[in-house]
Amino acid sequence: MTERITLVVDGKSTDVSADPAMPLLYALRSELGLDNPKFGCGLAQCGACTVQVDGRPTRSCVTPVSGVKGKKITTLNGLGTSNRPHPLQTAYIAEQVPQCGYCLSGWMLTAAALLRDTPKPSDKQIRQALAGVKCRCGTHMAILRAVKRAAGSKA
Amino acid sequence: MHHAPVSRRDFLMAGGALVISVMVPGAVRTALGQTPVGGKPPLTPDELDSWIAVLPDGSVRAFFGKMDMGQGVDVAIGQIVADELDVAFERVDVVMGDTAFTCNQGGASGSTAIQNGAITLRYAASEARRVLLDRASQKLGAPVEKLIVQDGVVSVVGTPDRNVRYGDLIGGQYFQLKLEWNKRYGNPLVAKGQALPKKPSEYKVVGHSIPQGVVADKVYGKLRYVTDIKVEGMLHARVLRSPTAGCGPVTVDESSISSIPGARVIREKEFVAVVAEHEWDAVRAARALKVTWAPPCTPFPAMESLYDHIRQASVTGREAPVNQGDVEAALKSAHRVIDAEYQWPFQSHASMGPACAVADVRVDHATVWTGTQKPHFARDGVAKLIGLSPEKVRATWVPGPGSYGRNDAGDAALDAALLSKLTGKPVRVQYMRDEATGWDPKGPAGIYRGRAGLDAQGNVVAYDFFAKGFTRQDVATNESDPKDTLVGQLTGYPPKPTVIFQVPAEAYEFANKRCGWECVPPLLERASPLRTGHLRDPLGPETHFGSESFIDEIAHAAGADPVAFRLKYVKNPRHAAVIQAAADKAGWSRRPYPNPRRGKGNVMLGRGFSYTERNGTIVAVVADVEVDRRSGRVWAKRFTVAHDCGLIINPRGLELTIEGNVVMALSRTLFEEVKFDRERVLSVDWTSYPILEIQDAPEQIDIVLINRPDLPASGAGEPSTRTVPAAIANAIFDATGARIRRVPITPERVRAALARA
Repeated sequence: MTERITLVVDGKSTDVSADPAMPLLYALRSELGLDNPKFGCGLAQCGACTVQVDGRPTRSCVTPVSGVKGKKITTLNGLGTSNRPHPLQTAYIAEQVPQCGYCLSGWMLTAAALLRDTPKPSDKQIRQALAGVKCRCGTHMAILRAVKRAAGSKA
Repeated sequence: MHHAPVSRRDFLMAGGALVISVMVPGAVRTALGQTPVGGKPPLTPDELDSWIAVLPDGSVRAFFGKMDMGQGVDVAIGQIVADELDVAFERVDVVMGDTAFTCNQGGASGSTAIQNGAITLRYAASEARRVLLDRASQKLGAPVEKLIVQDGVVSVVGTPDRNVRYGDLIGGQYFQLKLEWNKRYGNPLVAKGQALPKKPSEYKVVGHSIPQGVVADKVYGKLRYVTDIKVEGMLHARVLRSPTAGCGPVTVDESSISSIPGARVIREKEFVAVVAEHEWDAVRAARALKVTWAPPCTPFPAMESLYDHIRQASVTGREAPVNQGDVEAALKSAHRVIDAEYQWPFQSHASMGPACAVADVRVDHATVWTGTQKPHFARDGVAKLIGLSPEKVRATWVPGPGSYGRNDAGDAALDAALLSKLTGKPVRVQYMRDEATGWDPKGPAGIYRGRAGLDAQGNVVAYDFFAKGFTRQDVATNESDPKDTLVGQLTGYPPKPTVIFQVPAEAYEFANKRCGWECVPPLLERASPLRTGHLRDPLGPETHFGSESFIDEIAHAAGADPVAFRLKYVKNPRHAAVIQAAADKAGWSRRPYPNPRRGKGNVMLGRGFSYTERNGTIVAVVADVEVDRRSGRVWAKRFTVAHDCGLIINPRGLELTIEGNVVMALSRTLFEEVKFDRERVLSVDWTSYPILEIQDAPEQIDIVLINRPDLPASGAGEPSTRTVPAAIANAIFDATGARIRRVPITPERVRAALARA
C-alpha cells in the first residue's frame, strides 16, 4: 500500500515510497534522513516537529505525507546556514537561547513566519504567534529577546 | 568546545578498549596522533591521563565525568582548565558523557558539575602544568621559577626566544603519572596531584561570559541528538505499557500485526515490545497489537483524596534533623499559634521529547547510545540486565530531549539493550508521548505543615515544620540497577524504594526550632506510572513552597514586613546579604501587607518574597504578580533574583541558567499536576499535563549575581527553582488577601480562594 511521493525539502526534490497516511515527520526523518524536525508528541501539541509547508508553520507529526506532494517544505536546516544565516539564527546565537534545544524547530520556524508577515511585531503579537509551542527548559525569556533582536536586525 | 559529532570515522579510543566503526556521536575528533610510549594507562581516576591530554598541536583535551544538560557546564570546565594550564580557552576541548573516555564522576547530579566535578579537573590541569613546566625547565636549562607560560608556550622570563611549546614537550604522549585518588566514584570523587591550583586572583578566563559553541550547531540544525542516531541494520522498537497500573500482559495476539511488514513481537516476562525495520511500521504495530491485560486493580486513591491518603498513611521512615530547644513546650506557652498546611502534587518531568536509546548488544560486548544524564550508571544497569561485565559495555551520552533528573531516559537505555539482546540486532527505541509523560518517574506528592508560636510582642518563640509524603526515590537517582527501571521491574527485579525526604534549607535562627519528615509507602510496589524519582531540585520547590509561604504567614501574623521579618531571624551575613540584594534590586519598600492599594479594576497587583539555600547556594526572589479577579489568572510579571553561588565561572551562562530555573519553577507552580484515577495516570500528553505557555512567561527577570571569588563555586542548575513557588504564592496573598496553599495555583483555585477571602 505504498505510494511514490515527490517531496521538495529545503530546495531539493526527492521521491519517497511510503504509506500515504504516514505522517510527513517519518518521511523526513526515516526516509530522507533529515533529522531536524523532532518527534515530541505525535499529537500536534508541542511544535518540535514543525516544518514550513509553502511558508506556513506545519506540525509534520500529524500531516500525512500524501498531503504535501510537490509543496515547498522548509526545515530548520533550510532556514539558513552559518554562511547565510536567517536573522533569527543569528539572534538565537547572540542570545544563547537553547538549553536542550530539542524544541527549536517549533519556535524558530513559527517565529520566522511571523517576522516575514509582521516584520516589527509587538511583544503581544510575538506571544500570540508562538502560542502552543512548548519549551521544557524554560528558555522563554531568551526566545522573546531573540525574536525582538531578529526583528530589529531586519530594519 | 562541545565537539561536533563525527560520522563514520574509525578512531582509536583513548581507552584502548573498543574500536567502533559505526556512526559515533560526540566522539573525540582525533586520536592522539602517534603511538604513545608505554600505551594508555587504565581509565582510572588515579591516572592523570584519565583527565587531561595534550595533543601534538598543543591543544588540550579534558575528560569530564559529569555532563552538560544545556546550561553550558562544559564551557565552564573548559574555562577552568584553560586557566590552570595557561592555554587559550579555544584550545581546550571538553569530552564528556562517554564511558570509554571518562571516569564516573556521577553524571549530571544535584547541580554539582562545578561544585564537585570541576575540583578534580582543576587539580588535574594544575598537575599537568607542573609536569610540563618541569620538562620545560630541563629542556630550556632554566629553573621553574624563571618560567612563564602564555597560551601553551613556556618561555624564560626576560628571554622570550628561549621557549618551548606544550605540544613539543608532551604532545601525543601520555603523562604516565599517578594522582592521589580518594577511592570514591560519582559526585564525591576527588583526585589530586602535587601541584597547588591557582588563586582566584590569578584567573584570566574564569569569570568571563564565554558563549556555548554548541548553540550554533543547535540553531542551524546540525547537532545530532540521541533520537538521530542510526546504526546499520538497526530495528525500530516501541514498547507497550499496560493501560492500567500494575496489570501485566495475559495474552499477546501476534497475528494482529501480521499485515505490517517485518513487524514482530518481543516479549520477556511482563515486558512487551514490537520491532520493525521501519519506524512508522513499529509505531503502527504498537498501536495495532492486541494484548489482553490482567483485569484492573485499584492501586491509587481517588485523586481528590490524595492528601487525606497521605495524612492517614502508615509511616515507612521519619527523621527530625533539625531539633533545637523545646518546640512543644514553647508552642504551649505561646501567646499565639499559627498553623497551616501546604500541598504539592505529583509532577512529571515531561521532557520535550520522549526518551530514546539505541543499543547494539553482541555476544561479548555492547554499546548503548543514551540521553541519560548518568551514562556510567546506565552502563552498569545495562551490563547487569544483559549479563555482561560493565567493562564490556560502553555507554555514550548523546544530547537528549531535555533532562532534569531521573527521567525516562534511564528506562529507554535498558529497554534498548534488552531488545537488542533478544533480537540479535541493534535496536532503537523511542517512547510515544503517553509513555513519556504517563510513565516517567514523578516528583513526589506531599503535605507540609507549619506551626509557629508568637509571644505578645510578635517574636517567634517556636517554629515547627513537618512534611509527610512519598519518598523522592521509589526508583534510585540513576539506572545502575535494573530494579530501578521499568524493564527491570517487568522482568524479575522487584523495586526497592529508598526512604528519603528533606527539610527546609535556610538560616532562620529561632530559639525553639524543629524540622522533620515522614515518608509513606508507595502506592504500587511494582512497575508504576506513579513511581517517584528525582525531578529538578528534588523536593526543593515542594518543601520551600510550604516553608517560605509559612514564613510569610508568620510575618503577617506578627504584623511585620516580609523582608524585615526574614532579616530579623537570619543572622548569617552571607544569607542576609542575598535577602537584602533582592529587596534592593526590586525596590522593596515597607508598606502594609497585604497590599492596601491592590488596584480597583479587575487586575490586582502584589509582590512576594522568598529566600532559600541549597548546598551552599543562597537565593532570594521577589515576584511581582497580577491577579485577574474575574478569571483567576495569575501572571507573574516580574521576578527579581539575587543569587550567591560563591565564585562565578561564567556570568552570562549563570544568568541564563537561573532564568530557566525560574520559568520552569513558575510552570510547576501555576500549571503542573499529574492527574490520575483509581486505576491509571490520566496525565499523558501536553493537554492533560499542561506546562507554561509563552503568554504566561514573565515580562522581565532581573538577576543580581553576587560573586564571591574567595568562596568555592557551588551549584546553580537547581537552587533558584525552590525559591520561586512561595514568592508567587506570597505575591498572590499580597495582591488579593487570599492565601493559596495548594499547587498548582490554577485559575479555579484562585477564584475559589477569592470567594472565600
